[in-house]
Amino acid sequence: MSASVDVKTLVIDGVDVSARQDQTVLDVARENNIFIPTLCHLEGLSEVGACRLCLVEIKGSPKLFPACVLKVEEGMEVITHSERLLHYRQTILELLFAERNHVCAVCVANGNCELQTIAQSQRLTHVRLPYRNPKLPVDLSHERFAADHNRCILCTRCVRVCAEIEGAHVWDVMGRGIDSMVITDLNDPWGSSSCTRCGKCVQVCPTGALFDKSKVGVSHPKSPEFLPYLNLMREEQ
Amino acid sequence: MNSEELQQIAEAVRLEHEKYDYEINVCMGAGCLAQHSDKFKDALAKEVESSGKRCHVRSAGCLGLCAAGPLALVDPIEVRYGHLRESDAKEVIASLGGKPVERLEMHLENYFQGQQHVVLENCGRIDPEKIEEYISRGGYEALLKALTEMDPQGVIDQIAKSGLRGRGGGGYPTGLKWGTVAKAVGSPKYVICNGDEGDPGAFMDRSVLEGDPQRVIEGMVIAAYAVGATKGYIYVRAEYPLAVSRFSASLREARRHGFLGANICGTPLLFDIEIRLGAGAFVCGEETALIASIEGKRGTPRTRPPYPAVSGLWNCPTLINNVETFANVAPILRNGAEWFAGMGTAHSKGTKVFALTGKITNTGLVEIPMGMPLREIIFSIGGGVPDGHKFKAVQTGGPSGGCLPEEHLDLNISYDALIGAGSMMGSGGMIVMDDTSCMVNVARFFVEFCMTESCGKCIPCRAGTAQMFGLLSKICNGEASHQDLDLLIDLCDVVKNTSLCGLGQTAPNPVLSTLRYFRDEYLEHIDHHRCPAGVCACNARTPKAELAEVTV
Repeated sequence: MSASVDVKTLVIDGVDVSARQDQTVLDVARENNIFIPTLCHLEGLSEVGACRLCLVEIKGSPKLFPACVLKVEEGMEVITHSERLLHYRQTILELLFAERNHVCAVCVANGNCELQTIAQSQRLTHVRLPYRNPKLPVDLSHERFAADHNRCILCTRCVRVCAEIEGAHVWDVMGRGIDSMVITDLNDPWGSSSCTRCGKCVQVCPTGALFDKSKVGVSHPKSPEFLPYLNLMREEQ
Repeated sequence: MNSEELQQIAEAVRLEHEKYDYEINVCMGAGCLAQHSDKFKDALAKEVESSGKRCHVRSAGCLGLCAAGPLALVDPIEVRYGHLRESDAKEVIASLGGKPVERLEMHLENYFQGQQHVVLENCGRIDPEKIEEYISRGGYEALLKALTEMDPQGVIDQIAKSGLRGRGGGGYPTGLKWGTVAKAVGSPKYVICNGDEGDPGAFMDRSVLEGDPQRVIEGMVIAAYAVGATKGYIYVRAEYPLAVSRFSASLREARRHGFLGANICGTPLLFDIEIRLGAGAFVCGEETALIASIEGKRGTPRTRPPYPAVSGLWNCPTLINNVETFANVAPILRNGAEWFAGMGTAHSKGTKVFALTGKITNTGLVEIPMGMPLREIIFSIGGGVPDGHKFKAVQTGGPSGGCLPEEHLDLNISYDALIGAGSMMGSGGMIVMDDTSCMVNVARFFVEFCMTESCGKCIPCRAGTAQMFGLLSKICNGEASHQDLDLLIDLCDVVKNTSLCGLGQTAPNPVLSTLRYFRDEYLEHIDHHRCPAGVCACNARTPKAELAEVTV
């Protein structure tokens, strides 16, 4: 017998659902086929609550809560889709598109990009904000992979997968605010860094920022689904 | 250390002081030191020696009126001198026993009338590096009282009854926070003092740390006893080297006298404090970012809950309070919760220290009882706007706060009243602006500050503040349209409601408050490409202006 876990019931978008007490609203919503957009969340990695796309409303509170870290509570009434939330999600996506140089037509991830998919799902048709067009480097020093900072959305999935799963902690974040950048080691070229060449960061990257050089010009789908299985196998060992 | 020993120390200090007819307290705060108050002090000491007068020259903390530095206070005749130079020392010493030096004396009845010193009661009256002088003014009595006469819950009850609220800006009830940490399960527990004062124009915490550091240590030890903590950290920004060196000297003194370490004051209490230096990030004043920074990680905030009271430093229950909050603790226990609750308004008790800066006659540190009207602080204590200019707005709460216009000057200072008016208490920066300030430009300044200080973790704050800054610059340059203004307002709403931490959530406040009270200035920039205050360079050639020229 395992230790008993409390079960809670709550309402998400008018649907009565049940959940274990250690689950987040996002987990429960996905179990029940309720779609909440996310970019920084990835099953198998720790949560950072940074992309703010999964913000949901809770009845009785004027505040918004990130579903990825929001623990379920008995009787909670969650609203995951409203005019207000749609507007916020669209604006956040606009901020992302205007922040760096996201040009789908010439991107290796075109058609396999989470940012692109979510923008379509949120019915984003245009960007009202001026594009910032920053001049950012492309790191081609690695023999197998490349990092194009123009397409990076700073979700820090690569940082987390490298530290938490691979255990190498090659990736990290440098600088602050709008000048933040993901870097390898102490801002060394990726090719001469302590990278173990496992490629997990490429698989979890939601955009074309990290990509496999051999996939340029062909379809480049990413497969981050390995993470939960990997974690499960490690737990059993 | 017991109460008899405390009294012996106090008695020894009193006897020492009886040897002198006069005591001259020379301010050794960072502001006065920058103007060579140390040289003046040395000159005074030399003069005293050669004149043979029974006078004691003391290195003291901040005397309040920082703009008139270097400052000195002559006790017991309560004469204040300002703008002192090395060459003035002879005259000052010669005047003792006779009339004060008219040329240097400052008449500050208005400045001190209306102020009420609780946190600053020792600032400028004691040598901050001599623990004996702190003890002689009632120091560590509160700690002894707590340890010998009260149980931890009793201390928490007193703090709760006093109505003290967090002085860092949020205004969370201190007693409630202490109670939560005391009840939280986990070991060890930590006490953190937040001295990462980063608001532009704010220097309250620095002055307390420089002028009366033992008070903060005493507050932290009492807190440790109340919540059951064994280890404390004080997080001070590295830009305050004097505060750091005085505080570490004070820690050594406190250890030597048995107020820190094992068996504090002969009781089983074990507690010690370590200093951690901030590396110049404003966001590290946010409690979860501060904790990450102490842990040696990148200083970025995380989502709450769990709150630090439950899971803070190294996932242990952590009490985190501001310098000024801890500085209020000892007086509350010494004089009783009722005494403290007797000051202030219904929901904001006690006093608040403000750093009064900007276009104001008396720039400096003031401590006023809560509930005082803004008008009194600015025009009576502050002496009003100098050089015949007209008052325009007062900015409180740093980059998270807002600008309040003339019609709100009768507002009584309290946490709730300021929030109601679209600003906030913040940590205590108060910047006065006159008719030479452009409110759009002011909003742009604060948004730029938030943009460069954003940690970059969440998108609304990272990219949102940058976009807001771009739009505000456009307005300042006279190139913006009404659509840009609408977009700015929309962005403010998004950044405010979707950002991860307090920095992002409050970053739009300077824009929203200036839009609320000074919308006409925004419109003037947009419609007529003109800056009413003459600050912004709006003469950029806009399509509209060119069109007008053609038709002429």
